[in-house]
Amino acid sequence: MLPHYWPTPVTGDPLIYGADVSIALVSIAILFVLFYYKKWGWLWREWLTTVDHKKIGILYVIAALLMLFRGGVDGLLMRTQLAQPNMHFLESEHYNQVFSTHGTIMILFVAMPFMFALFNIVIPLQIGARDVAFPYLNAISFWMFFFGALLLNISFVIGGSPDAGWVSYAPLTEKQFDPGPGENFYLMALQLSGIGSMATGINFLVTILRMRAPGMTLMRMPLLTWAVLAASIIIIYAFPALTIALALLLIDRVAGAHFFTMGHGGNPMMYTNLFWIWGHPEVYIVLLPVFGVFSEVFPAFSGKRVFGYSSMVASLMAISIVSFLLWAHHFFTMGAGPGVNTYFGIASMAIGIPTGVKVFNWMFTMYRGRIRMTMPMRWAVGFIPNFVIGGATGVMLAAAPGDYQYHNSFFLIAHFHQVLIGGTIYGSLAGMYFWWPKMFGFTLDEKRGRIAFWLWNVGFYVTFFPQYLLGLMGMTRRIYTYPPGMGWTNLNLLSTIGAFLMGLGFIYIVWDILYSTMHRSELKDVTGDPWNARSLEWSLPSPPPHYNFAVVPTVTRRDEWWELKKSGRADVLRPTAQDIEAIHMPNNSGKPIIFSVFFFIVGLGFVFEWYAVIVIGLAGVLATMLLRSVEEDTGHHIPAEEVRHEEMALGRM
Amino acid sequence: MSSHMMEGGHGDGFTPHGRSFPWLHVVGYLLSLVLTIIAFLAVLNHWLSGRTLISIIMLLAVMQIGIQLFFFMHFTEGHGPRYHIMALGFALFFTIIFVGGSVWIMSFGGSQAY
Repeated sequence: MLPHYWPTPVTGDPLIYGADVSIALVSIAILFVLFYYKKWGWLWREWLTTVDHKKIGILYVIAALLMLFRGGVDGLLMRTQLAQPNMHFLESEHYNQVFSTHGTIMILFVAMPFMFALFNIVIPLQIGARDVAFPYLNAISFWMFFFGALLLNISFVIGGSPDAGWVSYAPLTEKQFDPGPGENFYLMALQLSGIGSMATGINFLVTILRMRAPGMTLMRMPLLTWAVLAASIIIIYAFPALTIALALLLIDRVAGAHFFTMGHGGNPMMYTNLFWIWGHPEVYIVLLPVFGVFSEVFPAFSGKRVFGYSSMVASLMAISIVSFLLWAHHFFTMGAGPGVNTYFGIASMAIGIPTGVKVFNWMFTMYRGRIRMTMPMRWAVGFIPNFVIGGATGVMLAAAPGDYQYHNSFFLIAHFHQVLIGGTIYGSLAGMYFWWPKMFGFTLDEKRGRIAFWLWNVGFYVTFFPQYLLGLMGMTRRIYTYPPGMGWTNLNLLSTIGAFLMGLGFIYIVWDILYSTMHRSELKDVTGDPWNARSLEWSLPSPPPHYNFAVVPTVTRRDEWWELKKSGRADVLRPTAQDIEAIHMPNNSGKPIIFSVFFFIVGLGFVFEWYAVIVIGLAGVLATMLLRSVEEDTGHHIPAEEVRHEEMALGRM
Repeated sequence: MSSHMMEGGHGDGFTPHGRSFPWLHVVGYLLSLVLTIIAFLAVLNHWLSGRTLISIIMLLAVMQIGIQLFFFMHFTEGHGPRYHIMALGFALFFTIIFVGGSVWIMSFGGSQAY
């Protein structure tokens, strides 16, 4: 069978030529560095084959920041196009592609990896474990995510990007209305990274339930651990709905089925329904972990324990359940009837209650505390007004009759950027600044970080407040241009200025990272506890040895490390020579990345409907799985002597 | 296969069957294939129609879940707290919510006049 599409990097659009050239240049530069400094072996041994959760976490952070840059550029392109009426900066088709990839990348390839970075870097350290429950699977998770993201990103230069929004609603995305490989890229990219997300959810649920240090009962767990547990539960039960929706749509497109078509008994609204069964819980997958981050950051920098620990746990769990019960508020205007809309409207407002409990608890944690305004705390404090406004406009949207006015307007756009940037991104950045020393052994510079924060924070309000007004004035989302005389011009210009301020803020964050890396000897964290914080990860040196804990600690209460420090007995958690035994650790493996490369080939095959390529890819996937299942891999032991040497070198014995 | 894969580096004694031939997996695999083929043929050859067909397919789906849990996910094995019972309870709850909710939403209050 002849291939349906030939990928072509030549479409005549100067932006695509620019992207082609820059991709080629960056690739050549990376290859040059790797060859010139003979770093291939190092890269393979230390990073590509690693199963160490700390290294996988760092890979997630790097990927999230790179994707934030790509998604941010998409955002700036859109804002530039909308800055003035009747602009011809982007043509309509190109604009469609840009808003589709912007949304897809920001949710799936920025927010998700940021969350998984937190999971990986912090959770095993926080619960006193030496790795996650399934380290090999953890590596598969990362590489599946990576190749999913890669598949979506190459769509821009070969074949064309998806252009039907990040939701990819049927029937618009059926082949009849949207020919070409663009939507296939979307479907396969999400499917690949979805496998990784599902595995991560399972992995961390098991890790938290089964691998806690002795004495760490559920109600002694730090709140970030609770939050990740809640998010893992949501991942496990929500992702299958997305998998099904994407798979059925793909079968429609490549095999001519009629699940979501207009005729032949298809029901396009079922796609919308399935998408949001996943889509709404997804919002909480990227929010609950940052709630956990704030629950660590506020107590640490207020010098107080968190206010209302039990109510924090209860609200996390309540949110994780209720988040499944309100998906239809994304399509009130589909007209499922007053009964449906009333129920889903009320349920949507109800989820504000546990969320409100958390906001009050954070504020009471700060109340009469000894507050230190460090970088993590600054992002955390910036989050609160942001999130409260986002929550309030959310309740407005949850009122179904009102939603008929706001639906698909810029009011909605402003609302979800307020909660997703104000919540997820502020929280991810708070977490990044907080645990950066734990990852790399040095803190990030405060002065540059402060400038970045203020540029971003001011830019944020300047970008999105005008959008609330534009929405109320009738400007709908996803329009690529508008005529003058609508009264929208000045507000759009203001919003664009704000977006560029945020862009500048991002550049300052990157500059902060580069500057701090160059000055890392001055910013070195020698104590392992630079913030005088509370949970177990801070009892370890920064960065921790690869086996994490030479001796697994025994926990007797909440905030064990803080309480020990307060009573002057922090030395209890230091290893002694006779306690150290040989440590069992998992082996590195090259199979996860090879397995994922084969899945990437399967993805490419489906995108261009090259069936031979699909078969080759699937054969590779099966072969790698088979090789793994007959492999005798029981890990290795680090001899006690070696551990003692390492601990002495770290000055802990 | 996947269960072995997941055991990864911490491979200390989590395989209850040791090295014997995995008969359970083969039987489960065949059973799940048979169930799928029945469902497929029922639709392809118009054995039944309408409500009966849908009921039969739903029944086959429930049996399929049982087979997956017992033969592949080793539902009856394991040690420590019985977290998996809780997990299944959640799964059942959410499945009822998703299926029931979807039917409720997609029935458009009994009419599609909107």
